[in-house]
Amino acid sequence: MNTVAPPPVAQPPGSVGVVSAQKASFDRPLQLRSGARIDRYELAFETYGRLNATRSNAVLVCHALNASHHVAGVYAGDSKNVGWWDNLVGPGKPLDTERFFVLGVNNLGGCHGSTGPASVNPQTGRPWGAQFPLVTVEDWVEAQARLADYLGIEQFAGVIGGSLGAMQALQWTMSYPIRVRNALVIAAAPKLSAQNIAFNEVARQAITTDPDFHGGDFYAHGVVPRRGLRLARMLGHITYLSDDAMAEKFGRALRSGSLKFNFDVEFEIESYLRYQGDKFSEYFDANTYLRITKALDYFDPAAHYDGDLAKALQRAQARFLVVSFTSDWRFSPARSREIVKALIDNRLDVSYAEIDAPHGHDAFLMDDPRYHGVVRAYFENIETD
Amino acid sequence: MPVDQASSGRLARRRDFDAIAEWVRPNAHVLDLGCGDGALLRFLRDRRSATGYGVEIDDARLLASVRNGVNVIQSDLESGLSEFESDSFDYVILSQTLQAVRHTERILREMLRVGREGIVSFPNFGYWRHRLQVLGGNMPVSSNLPYQWYNTPNVHLFTIADFESFCREHGIRILQRAVMDEDGRPVAVWTNLLGALAVYRLDLNRS
Repeated sequence: MNTVAPPPVAQPPGSVGVVSAQKASFDRPLQLRSGARIDRYELAFETYGRLNATRSNAVLVCHALNASHHVAGVYAGDSKNVGWWDNLVGPGKPLDTERFFVLGVNNLGGCHGSTGPASVNPQTGRPWGAQFPLVTVEDWVEAQARLADYLGIEQFAGVIGGSLGAMQALQWTMSYPIRVRNALVIAAAPKLSAQNIAFNEVARQAITTDPDFHGGDFYAHGVVPRRGLRLARMLGHITYLSDDAMAEKFGRALRSGSLKFNFDVEFEIESYLRYQGDKFSEYFDANTYLRITKALDYFDPAAHYDGDLAKALQRAQARFLVVSFTSDWRFSPARSREIVKALIDNRLDVSYAEIDAPHGHDAFLMDDPRYHGVVRAYFENIETD
Repeated sequence: MPVDQASSGRLARRRDFDAIAEWVRPNAHVLDLGCGDGALLRFLRDRRSATGYGVEIDDARLLASVRNGVNVIQSDLESGLSEFESDSFDYVILSQTLQAVRHTERILREMLRVGREGIVSFPNFGYWRHRLQVLGGNMPVSSNLPYQWYNTPNVHLFTIADFESFCREHGIRILQRAVMDEDGRPVAVWTNLLGALAVYRLDLNRS
């Protein structure tokens, strides 16, 4: 947490400006879906805008695989570290911080400030490492609900997320039906397909077979399974982009203009993937990556209802906006339509936009006017007192 | 006859709204196919406490529906209504949309599968003004057909007589009918000649 008054930094219009992270500590044990229990934990979070007198304007932003509580704005002295959904969240933006009090939280098991595998286990005095339990979407929602209690938020005006974040928004409507008035479920799937799980498993294998992984207790050895993380990230990136977007961005362009007949970087796409992999392996915790991919694999709210998603959503009361992107092959529009159908079967309020965008799964992070237009219009109709 | 396309399009829609609202039971669950900016759904919500959804394919109209605060599902009517269970709506509505749908038989079959009843409104191509324009050598343009031949979204133009024989041939029962002139006044005689707009309440003859 930054306690020093930041120097004034010029921010582009629409930015929430300089922000700082906060932490909340919890000492009531959290029972996890796996059967394990975490006795004490911390959650890192950021807020933007003002909570109104009736505490009715709070919006929770749930993050996906590699993001964090740093949703919008910049940190003092680090103007390049822009929040991951800054194009959506800010004054005058689709999720308008002039009207809404926006909360971003780093999930339990994360590596950006919340208690996770790299944190010190109070019982041993050493990093949790392999001992950190596996966490699920349901567990995250539980922890987020406790953070809401801590902040005095009884009911969210909205819960929004993309991809894995959208799964949390969906879970909120089932775990706490009366605590969420609107759920914005973007680039989602009601559960992973075998192909999705397969990609996750290859990513996990890349990490766990890295000699520097040491069964998850690499911290004691002063190393990081960099090669594994790098491969995991490269693989992930392929699934986030569409074939067309990759062709458009890189095609078969060569780094140096001609073939060299060796195994160095030749094609631009190779350079891009290596760069993304390298960058990721610098800051992301391998144990967190393993757990987040597992949380994705485990998410299947319909499983307890003979695979009937409509039954699982029977207790939901929120209004929904579901958005998908035509070029997203990781979580295709058909997956979002499964969610829409289950909501319609329950006669719940839902609008569904299928955005014809070329960027693939990553489109939910892009500034597409049709996409942002629908999200903006939806938020404008959410009453705040 | 000079026609202000934008305003007349809106007015033309309004004319069938009243007839539709009169037929729709309070608290009914409705599906509006080709819902445009969601005005009809809003009207039915305000007048009849109706719930339900619109279906719209166009990005701009979808956005307008979201702005209007109605539920709208982006989907192509031509590919069917697989998102919707059989008999899951009290009414499925095609308000001045049928003439713009390519697969007429399929959409009407789907409509009466998903809805216990269907409500269809359409501009009557047999309206005397339209006939005069065709006799004069031009495709008709009027407040109910506000497009030129080259920019019309309409792919099937038909008359009241055509629609009623279609219903007979396809086992569709006509439960109620309202025919009106260009000013929205009811037309009781020579409907196929004097009617500019027709509205029907239908169900499937399941016997």
